[in-house]
Amino acid sequence: MDVLTLSRIQFGATVAFHYIYPPLSIGLGIMLVLMEGAWLRTGNTLYHQMARFWTKVFALTFAIGVATGIVMEFEFGTNWATYSRFVGDVFGSALAAEGIFAFFLESGFLAVLLFGWDKVGRKLHFFSTCMVALGAHFSAVWIVVANSWMQTPAGYHIVGEGMHARAEITDFWQLVFNPSMLDRLFHTICGAWCTGAFLVVSVSAWYLLKGKHLEFARKSLKVGLTMALVSTLLQTVTGHKSAQGLEKNQPAKLAAFEGLYETTSNAPLVLVGWPDEKNEKVIGLFAPGMLSFLTHNDFHTPVIGLNEFKPEDRPPVTPSFLFFHAMVGIGFTLIAVASLGFLYFRKGTLHERRWLLWILVFSVLGPQLANQLGWFAAEVGRQPWIVYGLMRTPAGLSAVVKANVVLTSLIMFTFIYFLLFAVFIYLLNDKIQHGPDDADLIPSGKLALPTKN
Amino acid sequence: MHLDLNTIWFILVGVLLTGYAVLDGFDLGIGALHLFTNKDEERRVMLNSIGPVWDGNEVWLVTGGGALFAAFPNVYATAFSGFYLALMLLLAALIFRAVAIEFRSKRPERWWRQMWDVSFSVGSIVSSLLIGTALGNIAWGVPVDANGEFAGTFLSLLSPYPLLVGVTTVALFMMHGAIYGVMKTEGELHDKLRGWAMGCIIFFVICAVTLTMATLLYVPHMAARVRENPWLFSVALANMLAIANIPREFHHGNDGRAFLSSCATIVTLMALFALNIFPNLIYSLPNPENSLNIYNAASSPKTLGIMLVIACIGVPVVIAYTVCIYWIFRGKVKLDRMSY
Repeated sequence: MDVLTLSRIQFGATVAFHYIYPPLSIGLGIMLVLMEGAWLRTGNTLYHQMARFWTKVFALTFAIGVATGIVMEFEFGTNWATYSRFVGDVFGSALAAEGIFAFFLESGFLAVLLFGWDKVGRKLHFFSTCMVALGAHFSAVWIVVANSWMQTPAGYHIVGEGMHARAEITDFWQLVFNPSMLDRLFHTICGAWCTGAFLVVSVSAWYLLKGKHLEFARKSLKVGLTMALVSTLLQTVTGHKSAQGLEKNQPAKLAAFEGLYETTSNAPLVLVGWPDEKNEKVIGLFAPGMLSFLTHNDFHTPVIGLNEFKPEDRPPVTPSFLFFHAMVGIGFTLIAVASLGFLYFRKGTLHERRWLLWILVFSVLGPQLANQLGWFAAEVGRQPWIVYGLMRTPAGLSAVVKANVVLTSLIMFTFIYFLLFAVFIYLLNDKIQHGPDDADLIPSGKLALPTKN
Repeated sequence: MHLDLNTIWFILVGVLLTGYAVLDGFDLGIGALHLFTNKDEERRVMLNSIGPVWDGNEVWLVTGGGALFAAFPNVYATAFSGFYLALMLLLAALIFRAVAIEFRSKRPERWWRQMWDVSFSVGSIVSSLLIGTALGNIAWGVPVDANGEFAGTFLSLLSPYPLLVGVTTVALFMMHGAIYGVMKTEGELHDKLRGWAMGCIIFFVICAVTLTMATLLYVPHMAARVRENPWLFSVALANMLAIANIPREFHHGNDGRAFLSSCATIVTLMALFALNIFPNLIYSLPNPENSLNIYNAASSPKTLGIMLVIACIGVPVVIAYTVCIYWIFRGKVKLDRMSY
């Protein structure tokens, strides 16, 4: 294999593995804020026990997230040096801002969140939990700023020519709020909330099935299902906004997502289907006019098709289409699952419906898969560009790195990440089987002191 | 020396990397010393002495890397693609070391703990060695072609002088970590660490003297600025005094002040390094005209200005709450059920 393919596989694989963890940090971060907040509000120590239990899971995901995150920061320089030279002025700023505003906040207050239970008072501990969650959200902000700039570059101009051309900032706020940034940020964060919520739901449903830790499970389900329902429903809004933005900013990507070749008014929305690239059509079930309606709020406005683009400027259709539709499919399934769960929970009959509990147990995979597929769709759909419209992916490679060297590191990462994942699953399972600690029902140390008002 | 934006960013990147060396230096050092004891309880105490702070410390490296990317993208690109395999090894070492801290005490089995103890320790030593070797290569000079690309090989990076800098870094961090350990522990482990610290001090002094001689003999350009500006010899003098002060404070039982002297040693070493490479960031050997410096490798003045605003807002806040967090976790380590 050539160095381009290997570098793309390596970046894709390392970022995909890394991206299992940040959504958990963001999503569980919010869950921890809700749980600890509920404890401070109600004084019910069950919430304290929940916060403590999920803090341990949070610590596990956080450590792997940090360790695999450094890899990402290094890989721009190691494998994509020419790209780094081209975008450093713009893209580097976002990464540096992420370090200063997000990572320090997150890792600093994590110390208090994890180890400060007995050392600080309730309010300071809650404040630290909030700061950790905030830091996790900030890091999403800056990384989505950076990535969105690659999708819809703004606030820059090109200086120099040929080998020495590079993008330089002209307007920082235009760069930050580039056209796709806000839509994609909300969509990403909402996806992360789903991830955290469904993990809590899944584990709690498991306890109900096994008849263990019942009170703990019910309280956790209450928080988890509410969050799951809210965030899956919100996700339809953010997804819709993102798709509308695509039509404006990256029409080739939207056309690839929908397998739309001819520019048509009354453009149909593919409900289920398979793209047939040879005959330039999609085989499947359509909702006539819906694509036009969803993108333009009008059935008759034409939607741009792939034929408007030169073949060398089109993203690969089949993977873009499949990743996108799989993500959407999972998203709507999760809404159904969350709604059913919430409905029966409110009725108080959830524990009788074992089939639904089993579905809830496996629902944890849904947001994870959808997160991965969504990013695959976003990044594959940007091809053949590494910076949309400005730099093609092969042009971004490091000039001095050879294929066999990349193959070596790819093998290394494959080995390490399989090991990490196995250990992660083993330890997570260990924590879940062990369950919440009854000692946590009684707050200790300074937390045991009543809050002063 | 005219204080323009490029110079300010040279200093800021230097400050971030020095912050990294001072802070992560002691937890890498604790890692290097981890296998010196066989007792599970003592290993846990050592691990928990850095438990709340190690990942915050590592953020200094991440932010330093980000700042380098933003301020001097050409240096970031040339160094990272040029040192490819070395950096991949560094990543592997950093990953193993980070997850080992988290994983180790999660299971009681002996083999499990031994496996992660070895990962933690080897990962820490290899990280220190590679970071030092990278600095050593920057000092010695690396081949850079007319396009500003690295023109050497992986093996060419492992020449004796850079390796000597690498070993010195390991020694420095071990000493730094041992003193930190002395400060954070009590009882039997405290006494043991005291003994190791003395050994580490001797190890470091031997390395430092050898390195100084090697630099003066074989890498004269790394002393050029101090030679031309004799008043800068005060930095070298401060460095000697800081080193000499460590055993003195130690002898008097002032562990905290010994640790501060160790911090000062790192800061002055980094200052000497920065003073002598300035204004270059990657010194090109054998073609010095291809060197990447703070002007030909920098981002636009506008970006450097924006980044400076970000740093002026962010860094004081970061320092404020970092100090608070160290304050909350001050004092000797006690194991409880939240511990690693």
